[in-house]
Amino acid sequence: MSEWNQSSVNEVPSRGSESQKADETFAMGIALPDGQIPVYDHDETFHEKPENQWLEMWRSLRANRAALVSLVFVLALVVIAVIGPYITPYNPIETEMSNALKPPSAEHWFGTDQLGMDIFSRVIAGTRVSLTVGLLAVSIALTTGIVLGAIAGYAGGWVDTVIMRVMDMMLAIPSILLAITLMAALGKGIDKAVIAIGLVSIPEYARIVRGNILSIKENDYIAAAHVVGLSDARIIFRHVLPNALSVIIVRATLGISSAILDTAALGFLGLGVQPPQPEWGDMLGRARGFIFQAPHTLLYPGMAITATVLAFNLLGDGLRDALDPRARIK
Amino acid sequence: MTEPLISLRNVSKHFTMDRDLLGRTTSVLKAVDDLSLDIYPGETFGLVGESGCGKTTVGKLLVDLYEPTAGEIVYNGVDLAKVSAKERRRYCRDIQLIFQDPYASLNPRMTVGDIIAEPIRVNRLQPVEKIDDRVGYLLNAVGLSANYRNRFPHEFSGGQRQRVGIARALAMEPKLIVCDEPVSALDVSIQAQVLNLLDDLSEEFGLTYLFIAHGLNVVKHISDRVGVMYLGKLVEVAPKRELYRNPLHPYTKALLSAIPVTNPALRTKRILLEGDVTSPIDPKPGCRFAGRCYAKGECVGCACDDEMPPLVEVSPGHFVACYLHPGAR
Repeated sequence: MSEWNQSSVNEVPSRGSESQKADETFAMGIALPDGQIPVYDHDETFHEKPENQWLEMWRSLRANRAALVSLVFVLALVVIAVIGPYITPYNPIETEMSNALKPPSAEHWFGTDQLGMDIFSRVIAGTRVSLTVGLLAVSIALTTGIVLGAIAGYAGGWVDTVIMRVMDMMLAIPSILLAITLMAALGKGIDKAVIAIGLVSIPEYARIVRGNILSIKENDYIAAAHVVGLSDARIIFRHVLPNALSVIIVRATLGISSAILDTAALGFLGLGVQPPQPEWGDMLGRARGFIFQAPHTLLYPGMAITATVLAFNLLGDGLRDALDPRARIK
Repeated sequence: MTEPLISLRNVSKHFTMDRDLLGRTTSVLKAVDDLSLDIYPGETFGLVGESGCGKTTVGKLLVDLYEPTAGEIVYNGVDLAKVSAKERRRYCRDIQLIFQDPYASLNPRMTVGDIIAEPIRVNRLQPVEKIDDRVGYLLNAVGLSANYRNRFPHEFSGGQRQRVGIARALAMEPKLIVCDEPVSALDVSIQAQVLNLLDDLSEEFGLTYLFIAHGLNVVKHISDRVGVMYLGKLVEVAPKRELYRNPLHPYTKALLSAIPVTNPALRTKRILLEGDVTSPIDPKPGCRFAGRCYAKGECVGCACDDEMPPLVEVSPGHFVACYLHPGAR
């Protein structure tokens, strides 16, 4: 054996003397420390108690201040959406023309609009519409999108081609334009707005899910799952979807905000909620002529939209980090 | 001679690369081409060859991740292509795979305990109340603490992950484990540990290995017999000592000369192969190695460029596919 081989210091007599000669001729460059496999049985740095995954996720989310504030804000919005209509200081659809376009004051915190309706009450009451539309539209888009995307990603071949080309056709038309077209066919009304917004955002989800499934499918751990005899259904639900889940959740959270924006846009165009029902986008649309005389009529509904969209976006970002075990803040 | 545990008989795996307008195949990648191989119970068969020679495809054929284009895979006397899908799944439980990349082979969202317990649970290999003990036992068997069960794969080093992968394979109580370059992604010092672990486990669990590697040096330590592959074909098969002492195929000689020798007095001239590896896509007829063979001139009147030489037994247990050796012509 060579003396100058740096690893020979650790060398243990070669295993099996029968292969000694061959060993010398073609000695490996590496030393094999026989029977020196370390067993870390009393390593104190490792927790012995089972860690709850959800607990760890929550801990990570809590450490992210922006996400935490957003979560509190979103929860507050949900509470307002539920009890809002019962706590408004004024009836949100009661007009009082003598009091129109009044700036914010002690009686009317956010002022009054062009018809003398209390803007604070209308913003509060509008929360329910925005959140409901956001959640429902995303649910429609998400469930359809996951199913279509998963089928396309798994099946591949012509099924994939057909589904994705249809999605491409929908994506080729700007979503708000497509939504307006659908509304023209379906008629006005908030329920139709939900369907229209839900339908036009299907392709986004289908594409994201399909792309994720395609990349996850190629991983060795999916091959390993096949080798240990797992069924396709189990592989999909235990190995593929959980790995796509964080992307889907983040996308859905961000999707709520864009659905709220779309609702506002449809409302602004007079296609969503019909007056005098309060809705943020509709309020903006109807007050836009008064932007110079009474900017508060646009400011508060606008702020409500901005804050809600921002909160959902930040929450989505925080969830993405919290759901990824590798990116968790410790 | 004992019966082989598993045999590949004239197995081919071709991938279609291109089709013409009518859907007819115009271009084929012959990853494995007419390959026959027997693996006997209890042995470790080393399969070597350079990247792209089809050795991983052989492994994937054995664990039923690929279906052979032609030929049959016989396990314990049963032709796996002829039995029902359900039966095939039962046989394939006995054949497990250890992956090359320990970073891609473990689901990042499952704890290592779940990763190891899942095969046991799904295949009902242990009563439910004993699964936990079994997982702990397996973790210990691969040199990890049972306390690691609640950790996620990303919390481990490459070597530790590879041990988890080994534990998952062992959980299936396999007879044959296909080790697909299990150490080539690891540090040299860790390679030795994992090789020794595999060696110990083969005795403890009575395992047979198909050990795939791209160099002869790693295979040498663990194998009983070695097969050398070149572009989808086996070019030489021999017991380990015989192969290392008396390599017959020019390609094997070149591979052996590439192993670093620590003793300068024992160094021999390195055989450098010229040219690139021939593409396995639409290979030309003739010996696959002919384009790079430095010994072709020695073989006067050989059909190197016309026909692939058959794999013939030149001495007991030593097979070679080269016209330089009598019996092939």
